[in-house]
Amino acid sequence: MAPEAQATLHEADAHGRDHEHEHHEDSFIRKYIFCTDHKMIAKQFLITGIFWAVIGGALSLIFRLQLGFPEMDLAWLQPVLGKWITAQGKLDPEFYLALVTMHGTIMVFFVLTAGLSGTFSNLLIPLQIGARDMASGFMNMLSYWLFFVSSVIMFGSMFVEAGPAGGGWVIYPPLSALPQAIKGSGLGMTLWLVSMVFFIASSLIGSINYISTVINMRTRGMKFSRLPLTIWAFFLTAIVGILSFPVLFAAALLLVFDRSFGTSFYLSEIYIGGEALPNVGGSPLLFQHLFWFLGHPEVYIVLLPALGITSEIIATNARKPIFGYKAMIGSMMGIAFLSFVVWAHHMFVSGMNPFLGSIFMLLTLIIAVPSAVKVFNYLTTLWRGNLVFTPAMLFSIGLLSFFISGGLTGIFLGNSAIDVQLHDTYFVVAHFHLVMGSAAFFGMVAGVYHWFPKLYGRMMDKKLGYLHFWITFIGAYMVFFPMHYIGIAGFPRRYYSFTNFDAFSSFADLNSFVSVAAVATVGVQFIFLFNFFYSMYRGRRAPKNPWRSNTLEWTTPVNPGHGNWEGEIPAVHRWPYDYSKPGASEDFIPQNVPLSETPESNLPHEKKALESKKK
Amino acid sequence: MQYPANKQVIILNPKSDHLRMDPHKFALWLFLGTTFMLFAALTSAYIVKKGDGNWLDYELPQALWYSTALILVSSAAMHWAYRAASRDKTEHVKIGILSTLVLGVGFLGMQYYSWAGLVAQNVYFVGNPAGSFLYVFTGLHGLHLVSGIIFLAVVSVNAFRMKIHSGRLRQIEMCATYWHFLGILWVYLFVFLLMNH
Repeated sequence: MAPEAQATLHEADAHGRDHEHEHHEDSFIRKYIFCTDHKMIAKQFLITGIFWAVIGGALSLIFRLQLGFPEMDLAWLQPVLGKWITAQGKLDPEFYLALVTMHGTIMVFFVLTAGLSGTFSNLLIPLQIGARDMASGFMNMLSYWLFFVSSVIMFGSMFVEAGPAGGGWVIYPPLSALPQAIKGSGLGMTLWLVSMVFFIASSLIGSINYISTVINMRTRGMKFSRLPLTIWAFFLTAIVGILSFPVLFAAALLLVFDRSFGTSFYLSEIYIGGEALPNVGGSPLLFQHLFWFLGHPEVYIVLLPALGITSEIIATNARKPIFGYKAMIGSMMGIAFLSFVVWAHHMFVSGMNPFLGSIFMLLTLIIAVPSAVKVFNYLTTLWRGNLVFTPAMLFSIGLLSFFISGGLTGIFLGNSAIDVQLHDTYFVVAHFHLVMGSAAFFGMVAGVYHWFPKLYGRMMDKKLGYLHFWITFIGAYMVFFPMHYIGIAGFPRRYYSFTNFDAFSSFADLNSFVSVAAVATVGVQFIFLFNFFYSMYRGRRAPKNPWRSNTLEWTTPVNPGHGNWEGEIPAVHRWPYDYSKPGASEDFIPQNVPLSETPESNLPHEKKALESKKK
Repeated sequence: MQYPANKQVIILNPKSDHLRMDPHKFALWLFLGTTFMLFAALTSAYIVKKGDGNWLDYELPQALWYSTALILVSSAAMHWAYRAASRDKTEHVKIGILSTLVLGVGFLGMQYYSWAGLVAQNVYFVGNPAGSFLYVFTGLHGLHLVSGIIFLAVVSVNAFRMKIHSGRLRQIEMCATYWHFLGILWVYLFVFLLMNH
C-alpha cells in the first residue's frame, strides 16, 4: 500500500473512533446503498433479479393454474389478487393477458437481462481482467439506480386500478396504442413504457461501462487473446446492447407519441365501436420492424452471458482446456453479428413480402452454424475430461442440453413456410422457453453456484444444489417438452381458455400435466433460495480457490475489499485454460504464473517465446 | 477490508502494456454510438413507412437551409476555439466558445422557426406520419443540441476562469467531439430528408 494511502487510513480510523456512531451510519449507506464498488453493485443486481424472478415465477403459476385447470375455483387467491378473481372464483380474462405480459417482460428484461448481465458483468469483468473497479464507478452506480427506478415503476404498475400492461411483452400497436382497446392498454401501459425508458438508460450506461472497462482497464499481459470466454461474452453482449437498445427507445418513443399526443406513426383507419378514429397514414408493421430489431438481439443479450459463464465452468470442472478457444470467440462474434439481420423471422405471417421472407429465412438458418460450433466445442471439452460434478457444472451441462433441444426447434421455426402453421402457437413458447428461458436461467444459476464463494466468501450447500438441479432439470423438460405437441396441435399462445373448442379437449390432460410440473419446478426454486440465503451467513467458509481455477478472481483475498487486490495487481502470463497441462505437477496453472516458473510443462512455442524474451 | 479512497487506488494500478484510452473520451464515443443508432432507427422507420404508401408530400421549410449553414459555421468556430486552446490563446478560446454557443442557440431558434414554416403548409405534429417524422427528427436532435449547449456553457465558464489551456484540453476536446457529432448528425438528417422527399 502506498504510504499516503496508509496515512489516510489512519486518519480515517482516528476520526471514526471519535464519532463512532455517525461514522458507522455513513458507511452503511456508502457500503450497501449508494455504493460504487462493482462487487456490491453486482450483489444489488443479483438480489433485485432474484426478487423479480420470484414475482415472474409466481405470475406464471397463476396463469398455468388457469390453463391446466380451467374449471378450478380460484377464490382462495382473492386475498392476493382481489377484484381480479371474479365472484364465481374465476380469473378475470383481461387480467390473464396482463399476467402473461408481465411474466414475459419481467423474465426477459428484469431477470435475464439486468439480473444476469448486471450481476456477472459487474462482478467478473474487473476481477477477471485484473482491474481495481469499473472504468466509472459512478456510472455503474447510476446504472443500478436507474434499474431500481425502472423496477419500482414496473412493480407499481401492477397495483393500478386498471391493472398492468396487457398487450403482450411485444406491445404491438394498435392494441397497445389505444387505451380504449383493453384495460391493459391504459395507465398500466403508460407505466410500462416509462419503466422501460429507465431500463434502457440503465442498460446503455451499464454497457458503455462494460466495454470501456474491458478495453481500457486490463492488467499487464491480459491481451484479448488471453481473456476468459466469460469476458468475451459480456463484452460482445454489451456491444449488442449498445446497438439495439436505442432502437427499442425509438420504437417506444413513437408509441408514446401515438398514445399520448395523437400522432399516427402506427395507426391507420381504425374503427372502434363503429366510429372511425382520426388517425390516418400509419403502419403497425413499422413497430414490429423496430421492435424486433431490438427484440431479436435481445435474445442473444440474454443468452450470450450464460454461454460465457458455462464455457468457464465447463472448462474448469472438466479439468481440460476449452476446446476451440478461438472458434468459441469467432462463433460468439458470428452470433452477435447475425442477431442483427434476422429480426423479420418474427414477422413471417405479419404481411411481409414473401421474397423478403426467404432472405430472412436463409440468414436465420445460418445462425445454426455458429451455434453448432459452440455445442460441439462444449461436447469435445467434456469428452474424456476428469469431470467434477459440482452443482455449477451440472447446471452448465443442463444449459447445454436445453441449448441443443431448444435450438433444434429453432430450425423448424426459422422456415417461413412451416412458420405459417407454428406461428404464435405453444410450439414457439416451448422453443424459446427451452433455448432462451431455461438455458439462460441455468447459466445464471450455474454462475451463482460457481461464484458464490467470491460473492460472499462462503460455499453453498452441495447436496441441496444437486437436489435443486435434478428436480429443476427434469421439471423444466416436463413443463416445456409437452408444449411442442400442444403447439403442433394448433393451440395458440395467450388464449385465456380452450374449453370452448372441442378439437382441443383431448389435450386437456396434457395441459394439466404441464401445470403440475410447473408448480413443482417453481416450488423447488425455494430450495435454492434457502440455500442461497442460508449459505450467505452460515455456509462453510470458502477457501481462496475452491474450484482450483485459473482465472484472476481467485487470486484475490477470500473477501476482497474495494480495490480487489491488497498489493499490486497480478500480471498475466498465459491464457486462462491451462488445465491438465502435460508435465505440470498440478492439473491447473493460474494465469498469473509466469512461463519461467513452469519449465516442465511449457510447450515448444512457449519455450521459444521465453528464450526470445531473455535475449 | 476497506481500501482507501480511489485516488490512492489509482496510484497502485500497475502500468499497462497495451492499448489504453481515456475512459471518459471513450465512453463519450460509445454514447455517440447509441445516439447514432437512435437516429438510424428513426430514419429507417421513415423509409419503411414511406415505402408503405399513404404518404403526404410537402415542401421542406426554407429555414432548414439556414439552420444547416448556422450549425456548420458553429462547428468551424468550435474547432477554432479548440485550436486556440491548444496554443494557449485564451482570448481566442473565449471568443470561439461564445460564438459557438450563440450560433448553437441561433440554430435552435431557426429549427423552431422551421416548424412555423410547416404549420404554414398545414403540416402538424399530429397528422400524417410524413409530417410527424420531421417534427420528431428536429425535436429529438434539438433536445440533444440543448445538452450540447449546456456542455458549451460549462466549457465557457471554465474558459473565463482560465481553466482551459494546452495543459487541460480534455474538457474542450470532449465538447468539440460532441458538438461536431451533433453537426454531422444534423447534416445527415438534412441530406436524408432532401433525398427522401
